[in-house]
Amino acid sequence: MDKRLKRILPKVQKPARYTGGEYNQIIKDKADVDLRMAFCFPDTYEIGMSNIGMRILYGVINKMPDVWCERVFAPWGDMREEMVQAGIPLYALESGDPVSDFDVVAFSIGYEMAYTTVLDMLHLSGIPLKSADRPDLVPLVFAGGTSCVNPEPMADFLDLMVIGEGEEVDCEVLELFRRAKLEGWSKREFLVKAAQIQGVYVPSLYEHSYNADGTLASVTALEGAPERVKKRIIEDMDSVYFPTAPIVPSTEIVHDRVNVELFRGCIRGCRFCQAGYVYRPVRAKSPEIVARQGIELLKNTGYQEATLLSLSSSDYRHLSEACDLMLDWCEPRACSLSLPSLRADNFSMDIMQRLQKVRKGGLTFAPEAGSQRLRDAINKNVKEEDLLHSCKVAFQGGWNGVKLYFMLGLPTETDEDVVGISEIANEVLHTWRENAVNKNRGVRITVSTSMFIPKPHSPFQWEAQVPMEEYMRKVELLRDSIKARNVTYNWHDAKTSFIEAVLSRGDRKIGALIEEVWRTGGYLEAWGDYFDYNRWAYAFETCGIDPAFYANRERGKDELLPWDVIDVGVAKRHLWHERERAYASTLSPDCRKQCTGCGAASLLKGGVCDA
Amino acid sequence: MLKLRMRFEKTGRAVYISHLDLMHTFHRVFLRAGYPLKHSEGFNPHPILSIALPLSVGHGSVCEIMDVTLVQDTVDTAQMAVDLNAVLPEGIRVQAPYIPETKASAIKWLRVMGRYEYDGKQAVELIAPLRAFYTCSELPVSRKTKRGEGIIDIAPYVKDVTINADGEDVRLAATVSVNEPTINPELLVKVLQQNDPELAPDFAEFTRLEIFTEKMEVFR
Repeated sequence: MDKRLKRILPKVQKPARYTGGEYNQIIKDKADVDLRMAFCFPDTYEIGMSNIGMRILYGVINKMPDVWCERVFAPWGDMREEMVQAGIPLYALESGDPVSDFDVVAFSIGYEMAYTTVLDMLHLSGIPLKSADRPDLVPLVFAGGTSCVNPEPMADFLDLMVIGEGEEVDCEVLELFRRAKLEGWSKREFLVKAAQIQGVYVPSLYEHSYNADGTLASVTALEGAPERVKKRIIEDMDSVYFPTAPIVPSTEIVHDRVNVELFRGCIRGCRFCQAGYVYRPVRAKSPEIVARQGIELLKNTGYQEATLLSLSSSDYRHLSEACDLMLDWCEPRACSLSLPSLRADNFSMDIMQRLQKVRKGGLTFAPEAGSQRLRDAINKNVKEEDLLHSCKVAFQGGWNGVKLYFMLGLPTETDEDVVGISEIANEVLHTWRENAVNKNRGVRITVSTSMFIPKPHSPFQWEAQVPMEEYMRKVELLRDSIKARNVTYNWHDAKTSFIEAVLSRGDRKIGALIEEVWRTGGYLEAWGDYFDYNRWAYAFETCGIDPAFYANRERGKDELLPWDVIDVGVAKRHLWHERERAYASTLSPDCRKQCTGCGAASLLKGGVCDA
Repeated sequence: MLKLRMRFEKTGRAVYISHLDLMHTFHRVFLRAGYPLKHSEGFNPHPILSIALPLSVGHGSVCEIMDVTLVQDTVDTAQMAVDLNAVLPEGIRVQAPYIPETKASAIKWLRVMGRYEYDGKQAVELIAPLRAFYTCSELPVSRKTKRGEGIIDIAPYVKDVTINADGEDVRLAATVSVNEPTINPELLVKVLQQNDPELAPDFAEFTRLEIFTEKMEVFR
């Protein structure tokens, strides 16, 4: 280990996250590989190691015999400062080698607030931030992840972006890059060829022009790059690679357990939800595969808890079967299963009770809106009686805490809808009083609200976000209407949500803003410890960018949107249709009940979606 | 049910794993090697596993002691060490377990090695003054305890100090008390900083070499 590093590690918080050496890390001989890839996660080790996408891609890329993929995370502030002072560049955990030694530097960007961290990690690696300032073929700097469904804010910095699921396309890009490196192609030659791979977006091959009002006028694809880049998906979830011998961190991480995927996509179509649209179509694993992978994971890691992951676990057709198969193995070994993302409407108490034998903590539901009318408008098909029935069963089963998540600032929302949230909380409290097994233990009902952020590729992509002052007025209104002492109210900070709204629907001009915020110290801004609104306010001034243009402006039906270049499979007219139904407060059926022809099934070879 | 003791080493990158994280790590190691630990009774059962003398983060050791209780009644101890070593993180290695005959509280002395780094000084020139310093009859050092700041004379609790050059660095070895009182090896640096700062290293790294009973027999 580097002598300078040895000196600083004892001084920083949780040094084990900066050393590597964990069980199951992948070590190769660098003399035996053609390509070295630094897989960067623009957040801390604890967050990045909890990310299933990173785990999958780390495994799949390292299966390529000629490539060695290593992990890089963002250092916390204390470590960052020590590294800068000691002159230690950002390094990869497996080999300890500086990122600047690598051929490929790839980022997984899951959320917009990580953008400044991407720049900082490049900077800490001594790599020029802008793609245009890196004329050579090596290093290739690319990214993937959900944020890339609107690639424009980060277009200046990345050589290419991968749209959709990475298991296949990442390997295709790396294989092409390996050839380019061996045959000595120019960077441009490589990028032009890479743009021909489905799912690859090369920002420098698209020219943008703007109207006088600042909206996008045209996007011109150059050198044969496709007019629209079609998302990549994995068609067969049963045969796709899934890591069953993952790295076991030697220090605590956020999700300190194993994860098994149940299915990708979501049948629901909640109109505010980006994930519900960009991960379509629905593709499930068979219960036997789920159980086999889950059991292997537990065996290979020594963890005693497995999470069954998906966007809406109770919509998995074979949930009981998969749980039964796993529990047969788990129960004698004191292992437990957890199911996030259960819906209140088809909440299966049977399953919950089987899963949580010992501890009964809190349950979380997300009704999202305070009235049936507004829930219909956002297509969150949950009825108050379903929610109360689920709570009733839970309280009878011994649970004594419920968390309720809502959004404020949804399209068509009125003050009645806002106050309706406190009425729901009161009803839940009433349900507890009527059904609690042991009232002496008390009850905790927590209401949390966040500020609605319109997202690309969702039916609300055209909406204006409510101004921050209006959100705060709604918060006050709700706070005043909550009277019961057992009900706690938390609200999410408006400023981060406002910035996130600017970034998520940003165009290419936003790149300068991100760079300016990074330059003035922006870093790890998904963390309250580091987010500073003043830095953004200052950068809006310096860059001459009006944030309201991005966050608070309603887009016209025919406006060319910066992310229209990305084809996630769902047709724009379908999104518009859903938006119109929202304003009519009309529900759309879930995909299982009736196909609404969103278009995502066309991504599948057979063209039939397994909703 | 089988109570076992085993010695293990924690070196290299593993020295930065904290005591609590190490307990969790071992718990998972026993499970993946196929040797489940017995759990305590009660509302929040936890695996029965204890590690004597928690090691400071950043310190290495080749003489750690861990006591565990297995669910099973018999075990092939040599095979068990092989199985555990196959699934341990880098830098942690166990020796074959055995049935303990003494209590961990019988540990009294610890042989420790320190590597002192000096910036811009010749290590060889420091050897004589360091030897002289550590043989002083009094080595007072102020340290924080649960009861606040206090001055302790560590001279009676530090013995058999040897000091030699180690390339550009100085290598120290000493035997320190680890039971009433507990002398953290870092006090060996602190005592320099407080009494003769010229001799204090710019960086020091410690490794535990061996643990002993009151009578200076190797603890097992």
